[in-house]
Amino acid sequence: MTKGSFSLTDYLRTRGWRHISIFLFFVMIAAVVGGMYFATLKVDYIWRWYRVPQYFYYKDTIETKAEIEGEVATLVTKGDQVEVTVRGDGEEETYSVPGQSLLVNEGDFIYSGDVLGSYQKWKVGILIQGLWVTLKVSVLAVLLGIVLGLFTGLARISNNPALRWSAITYIELVRGSPLLVQIFIWYFVLGTVINNLLDQTGLGQLPPIWYGVAALAVFAGAYVAEIVRAGIQSIHRGQMEAARSLGMTYPQSMRYIILPQAFRRILPPLAGQFISLIKDSSLLGIIAIRELTKATREVVTTTLQPFELWFVAALLYLVLTFALSMFVQYLERRTAIGG
Amino acid sequence: MVRAESVYKTFYTTHKIEALIDVSCGVDKGEVVVIIGPSGSGKSTILRCLNMLEKADKGHIFIDGVDILDPKTNINKVREEMGMVFQSFNLFRHKTALGNLTLAQTVVRKRSKKEAQEKAMALLEKVGIPDKADSYPDNLSGGQQQRVAIARALAMDPKVMLFDEPTSALDPEMIGEVLDVMKTLALEGMTMVVVTHEMGFAREVADWVIFMDEGRIVEVGTPEHFFKNPTHDRTKLFLSQIL
Repeated sequence: MTKGSFSLTDYLRTRGWRHISIFLFFVMIAAVVGGMYFATLKVDYIWRWYRVPQYFYYKDTIETKAEIEGEVATLVTKGDQVEVTVRGDGEEETYSVPGQSLLVNEGDFIYSGDVLGSYQKWKVGILIQGLWVTLKVSVLAVLLGIVLGLFTGLARISNNPALRWSAITYIELVRGSPLLVQIFIWYFVLGTVINNLLDQTGLGQLPPIWYGVAALAVFAGAYVAEIVRAGIQSIHRGQMEAARSLGMTYPQSMRYIILPQAFRRILPPLAGQFISLIKDSSLLGIIAIRELTKATREVVTTTLQPFELWFVAALLYLVLTFALSMFVQYLERRTAIGG
Repeated sequence: MVRAESVYKTFYTTHKIEALIDVSCGVDKGEVVVIIGPSGSGKSTILRCLNMLEKADKGHIFIDGVDILDPKTNINKVREEMGMVFQSFNLFRHKTALGNLTLAQTVVRKRSKKEAQEKAMALLEKVGIPDKADSYPDNLSGGQQQRVAIARALAMDPKVMLFDEPTSALDPEMIGEVLDVMKTLALEGMTMVVVTHEMGFAREVADWVIFMDEGRIVEVGTPEHFFKNPTHDRTKLFLSQIL
């Protein structure tokens, strides 16, 4: 090759294939999206994305209605609000209405149910409510799952047979049955028993969300326990021996030497487990917890726009799981040795 | 100070290994005892039995008059008074050199952070690497790591120091720096039990040399006796192989 000449072959041999591959990737993505779009046209599906935002955030009209019949006796302005006093047949009621929205004058005769004033207010839609429930359930279950998993993991490697066998039994029972069945057991079996007992003692029932959190936490705890065990066992035996030789007790050695080192190693598998947990929370809809999936199902039933809404639901789950995975990466960087 | 009386230890792995058979030995205050022997002779095992990292099957081990094989003994209290240095250093990998030295001081000895750090810096000075206080073990050479490990044990003000082949995992050019620290300690009157292959160290520093083979003590003597005219054929053979 002479200096200065750069043929197509040279281009292909150096950066060319890389550029072509990147180009092919985007062509592929476009083909999949486009193909789906045209396929939906073929089955006469009409995309109505504009209907989706109202399930995130919507303007609600709030009307103040009179509950008695009578005459508007006084209008008293108090800051932004106007206090409307309706007086009739021996009764009197006072309603507070925002100033600009006032629809009546002094002396007007009002029937029960008449609108005294109305105004509009932004409200969060059902999808955001569902997302919030999913987030709440997941966070609680993750926290409980960590505590449960940590203690079970430690019990799993204990020399005490009672502790060890309890841990093994728990782990095997939970890992050996489907989460869906466990959720049913938590709600329809344990829930019935517990709520009846609580009722008998006059304490009132627990809402389904607690059983949902318990089911997810207990499920995740079993997997976390195995992750914790593997993490602890991956730390060289010499670390424990060195700690003990300095007079530290077993719990002190665990607390100061083994667990901090194990924590780093178990972060990636732990992240995977908790991403699973967020996604598994979608099963809780079956016990009347209106989390994101159930909320989406309800919206689909009313709008008959399943294509848009299920995509939106998937995207919202992705937002949660992606945020978690970013957070764990941040933790990994922060706890890196020497960092 | 340290006395082992008829100690037995058997390991059951794929087959039965009698690691210690009727081993009795002792160290008085201020003495340095060096244990030598071929690999698998039980010399590391007896050292580890002295602070219960291995539990002896039978016999008595007295540390400062306390029988550590008595189930009523609080082994953690006994270990506070005994420093141990390992072949593979075993520095806490998530802590700096300084952190390695201060942790047990604050957790076990309940010293204040300031007090522990002053003590730690003084000891790092003593082992010659005060400039490495903020380095993590992975960024230290083997010799430096082992010196930090010695300082870590010393930070607890132990009455006895146990060394389990402290130079065996080191590159040859780093052995000297670690042995120098150990010699200084011996000169200062520290009571020491050292398992090693460094015959020069044994000859120079030891008050007593113990030769072990196949789980038994074969011969005990002063370095003078040991290296000039050993009595047992097994000792002679071993010395001829390594010297």
